[in-house]
Amino acid sequence: MKRATLFPYVIWMALFIVVPMLLVLYYAFTVPTDAGATWSLDNFSRFFEPIYLRVLGRSLRLAVISTIICLLLGYPAAMVMAGNAFSRKSVILLLFVVPMWMNFLLRTYAWLTLLERNGVINVLLNALRLPNLNILYTESAVVLGMVYNFLPFMVLPIYSVLSKIDKGVIEAAGDLGANSFRVFTRVIFPLSVPGLVSGVTMVFMPALTTFVISRLLGGGQFTLIGNLIEQQFLVVGDWGFGSSISVVMIVLILFSMAIMSFFEGEEKSVALW
Amino acid sequence: MSFFDEGIPTLSEKGSYMKGVITLIKNGKKGLILFILALLSLTMTACREKPTLYVYNWGDYIDESIIAEFEDETKLRVVYDTYATNEDMYVKIKSGGSNYDVIFPSDYMLTRMREEDMLDKLDKTAIPNAQHIEERFRGLEYDLNDEYSVPYTWGTVGILYNTTMVDDVVDSWDILWDPKYSKQILMLDSQRDSIAVALLKLGYSINTLDPDEIAEAGELLKEQKPLVLAYVVDEGQDKMIAGEAALAVVWSGEATVARMQNPDLAFAVPKEGTNLWFDVMAVPKGANNKAGAMRFINFMNDPEIALRNAEYTGYSTPNLAAREMLPRDVTTDRSIYPEEEDLVDAEIFVNLGQTLSLYDRIWTEVKAH
Repeated sequence: MKRATLFPYVIWMALFIVVPMLLVLYYAFTVPTDAGATWSLDNFSRFFEPIYLRVLGRSLRLAVISTIICLLLGYPAAMVMAGNAFSRKSVILLLFVVPMWMNFLLRTYAWLTLLERNGVINVLLNALRLPNLNILYTESAVVLGMVYNFLPFMVLPIYSVLSKIDKGVIEAAGDLGANSFRVFTRVIFPLSVPGLVSGVTMVFMPALTTFVISRLLGGGQFTLIGNLIEQQFLVVGDWGFGSSISVVMIVLILFSMAIMSFFEGEEKSVALW
Repeated sequence: MSFFDEGIPTLSEKGSYMKGVITLIKNGKKGLILFILALLSLTMTACREKPTLYVYNWGDYIDESIIAEFEDETKLRVVYDTYATNEDMYVKIKSGGSNYDVIFPSDYMLTRMREEDMLDKLDKTAIPNAQHIEERFRGLEYDLNDEYSVPYTWGTVGILYNTTMVDDVVDSWDILWDPKYSKQILMLDSQRDSIAVALLKLGYSINTLDPDEIAEAGELLKEQKPLVLAYVVDEGQDKMIAGEAALAVVWSGEATVARMQNPDLAFAVPKEGTNLWFDVMAVPKGANNKAGAMRFINFMNDPEIALRNAEYTGYSTPNLAAREMLPRDVTTDRSIYPEEEDLVDAEIFVNLGQTLSLYDRIWTEVKAH
């Protein structure tokens, strides 16, 4: 019975995950010739030219910055939501989730008009006689876009883990004489690590590979690795180079997943949500 | 309210799952065949619907009420998709899997697709309205015998500028490299157009095959990058209308629309020369509804329809009958309808063949810089 129900999923995975992956590998390791294609590492050696390594460096830097900001903003928010002190937690939760029901592209376009020189934010700042904010088409705008779009992915897993911590454990720590700071560092924080790890993963991955945010809010000037891949497939039509970048990204992501799972320690599984 | 607490997928038990997958593949051959048959029969029944015409055009490049009118008249269903650059369209058609009946490539892209055997010849007897096309736009180099295309719009590339922000005379591409306008310049996020601007500034042909000249243009664009506010395609017009930038490289039709909405804007075609371009209607090889495609192309060339379209898009129409119905001040505006003598220094893009990969590489480098 179990096998029969699994069957469509297996076909699905084979068709839409395994086969495309093999195709990506094939294109990455071949170069087209007049007679078809030959095996080659040319695509990879091109990627390791300084100009593309700088793109990779920029992508990693912006993704790390965005992840750190999301963590600094998201962890306290998750704690407030999970805590007993706040009775309207479902309202806050809803506030985080409802924007996600809207189209991601639309929300990013909204920032485009908000941040314009004569946009809503600057009109308000002018009215308050405050200095203008001109960050559209800069790296700051790209980071802002990433933080805005990916923050829920940080908050929700941390909240999910925090809200499941047995309150008895925290009370016990208090009864044994720990002050609230010690309760946090010795009990709450260690128990929240799995949520934190999946939050970091879920922010870092899309931030590393996004191409829409950097194109819209960065004005096409800050080519990230995602833009480079998109350009190779949609504009230039160099599938080989595009695939080789994708393969490098897969390796990088696997590598960072390995680091993450090291930090998870004894936990058997990671909650993705 | 805790819909995130429940039903959390986990990453555990991967090993045993894979084992299950393998045994399933070993034992499930019969089931697999049945499943595929079921899938096939599903897709087959989906085919018997109202005849459909798939049209693939540039974004915001048609008065959409015309599509509805065409549907009413022909009882065809039109599926209308859009793209932002020629290269987007080319890669999508080339990679297969799409089934468009009518596409709108530019001149050089038409040549490329024709040379790569990606186009079908048009049935000119089914397009009587092609007779309205102006004489000077027939038999051009990209389609010598007019077998593959009917022109849709034409124009030049120039600089749209805001007269309240720019006090210099705009008559040269050099102004786009003037540090005075740092972070007030919008460039086109379109490979050949942007490289062409640099080539024109250097005094080279926009169709150069010389690697040194192309490399020089690339260096020039990299040098310009710190001055550029953004690389845009469709957003450029809005940004200029809103007064967000001082100078923008635009296609002439964009300039026409922008100037109507913001009287501070002006348009100039630089003295070093420009790119004379045509966007044409063509039919990709293997189109399912060729007859419908001919009807569509013919419909678009009906003078009344072409007129409405020209009024809506602001782009110059090659349809003489439609042009004659346009207001005089539009058709005598030489930035919109340049005459022969204005186009002496204008070059039409040609397909670059193998050298294109060099342009690809330079553009990738400029964008990554």
